[in-house]
Amino acid sequence: MAFVEPKETFSGRVIPVTIGTEIQQTFGGENTLPFHKFEGEIPNRPLIALEIQDVAPEDWPETVRKVYEGVSEDPVKWAKYCEDELKAKAIAIRLVGTHPDNKDLSADDAVKVVKGVLDAVKAPLIILGSNHIEKDAEVLPRVAEVAKGRNCIIGKAQEKNYKTIAAAAMANEHKLIAMSELDINLSKQLNILLTQMGFSKEKIITDPMCSALGYGLEYTYSVMERIRLAALAQNDEVMQPPLLGDVGMYVWKIKETQASEETLPEWGSLEERGILWEAMTASSLMLSGAELLIMRHPKALEMVERFVDELV
Amino acid sequence: MLIIGEKLSIIAKRVREAMMNRDKGPIQEIARAQYEAGAGMIDANIGPAEDGGEELMEWMVTTIQEAVPLPVCLDTTNYAAIEAGLKVHNNDHGIPMINSTSNDPERFPMLELAAKYNCLIIGLTVGKGGLPADEEERAAIAAEIMARAMEYGVSLENLYLDPLVLQIATTQEQAIKVIRAVEMFQQLNEPPMKTVVGLSNISNGCPKNVRPILNKYYFLMLLNAGLDAAIADPAEMKEAMEEKPLFDAVLAGQEIEDKEKMQIMKKTIDVIEGNTLYAHSYLEM
Repeated sequence: MAFVEPKETFSGRVIPVTIGTEIQQTFGGENTLPFHKFEGEIPNRPLIALEIQDVAPEDWPETVRKVYEGVSEDPVKWAKYCEDELKAKAIAIRLVGTHPDNKDLSADDAVKVVKGVLDAVKAPLIILGSNHIEKDAEVLPRVAEVAKGRNCIIGKAQEKNYKTIAAAAMANEHKLIAMSELDINLSKQLNILLTQMGFSKEKIITDPMCSALGYGLEYTYSVMERIRLAALAQNDEVMQPPLLGDVGMYVWKIKETQASEETLPEWGSLEERGILWEAMTASSLMLSGAELLIMRHPKALEMVERFVDELV
Repeated sequence: MLIIGEKLSIIAKRVREAMMNRDKGPIQEIARAQYEAGAGMIDANIGPAEDGGEELMEWMVTTIQEAVPLPVCLDTTNYAAIEAGLKVHNNDHGIPMINSTSNDPERFPMLELAAKYNCLIIGLTVGKGGLPADEEERAAIAAEIMARAMEYGVSLENLYLDPLVLQIATTQEQAIKVIRAVEMFQQLNEPPMKTVVGLSNISNGCPKNVRPILNKYYFLMLLNAGLDAAIADPAEMKEAMEEKPLFDAVLAGQEIEDKEKMQIMKKTIDVIEGNTLYAHSYLEM
């Protein structure tokens, strides 16, 4: 008797999400576990966006900051550099400067920055706040408005501010990141609340909260894996939006990407270490279900893209 | 089915104040309401009660038994308080119960008391370490508690095994494992071991409107698995028993006339069985 390969097929499918206008990118859409192309359809590669900021990245380690030397003082130049030189498929601008503990920039300041970037690049844009509940609720609706017509991703909406941010994303026809803090049940709850206010689940990207390798990655991994299984095996509709791995901001603040070679010679090259750390974190999350990733170091991004090449 | 009324707990503000002021009124009122709703025993949870626990438990037992003709479930980790309560307990109203022993050596002395006063005792299937992962771990701990009970001279018929109900909002996968544990516990002896649960913990952390629904239907599923006793809200359990025929029909995949109720039951069964992911708004999906 001929051997029949056992195949696991699922009734559910991850929702495909398309962002951008002139240049568009689509991610999600698969009806099988990550890279299980032998068991189902995977119409799209995971999308990896390069991260930029509204203010100079003073708190980034030197190894990643120097990549953007000469452009990172100006978000418009920085965005152009990512698009033209680094061939970024998508750009994520994080408005950290608006955080009250940072530069406390106003919504007007943020609008200017976002408008400048939108005018300068064609790549799809992910517009992120500073993760400050009240300030994001103030800033994100304004930038969503100025980006109307560009089919961006706005984020992050959380349990405490989702109404304002989702309403703005809806009115200005953007996609929305819904973030909860490493709790699968609360993640589902937030997506339900969003759909209950009339926000289409086709426009949600779920962020179960990222963590870096060695700093709780396994928690994010497990939550993502369970969300994916709920979407596919249980056909749970509110768990079918694609998943975000917001990798860069978690990786580049840990000891392993900062400790110098003088202090810890046994850890090897600092630059290589940081790049590998970001690439490993991103690839792990891709294997657990992330379809959208935000990264900082172009070399780490390149590594992950090569990894995807091997798998698709 | 033995319903042990859960309402006299130090966690409730009104009860705590009445305990502190030795105000019999609210305690007896709550005991009576539970008796009238069908409770067969009244739980008296006085917390760890490190100071004055003995006198407080004595007062609770006599106050409750003055108002209702029921035995009391003595709920504290304080050994001396349990003994003080057992001494004044009126056994004409039934045999008292100790809540609880476990596989933690610190709790073994409770078995001494159960043997000395020939009363019932709850054996919580947890050890000194973390929480049990599944029904097998619970059954293994149960077997150890049974052996320990026999060693201390406690009749297995007086031992009620408690699989430890956990919150569905944070550990959803445990809900069905606890049901399976109740089934497994019974097979550990002949005649079957008795089982008990602290029911309401299933819905701890859930929205107010969802709590009674989860409590009632989880109770009915446990009842079908052979559960003997539950520390619960007797009024809710009374409602549950009234709904049992309908619920069993839905469990068996049959249609019932009240479609709205059928949906609520179906969704709750799916959440308990782990067929759908729990979310606070699961009923609105």
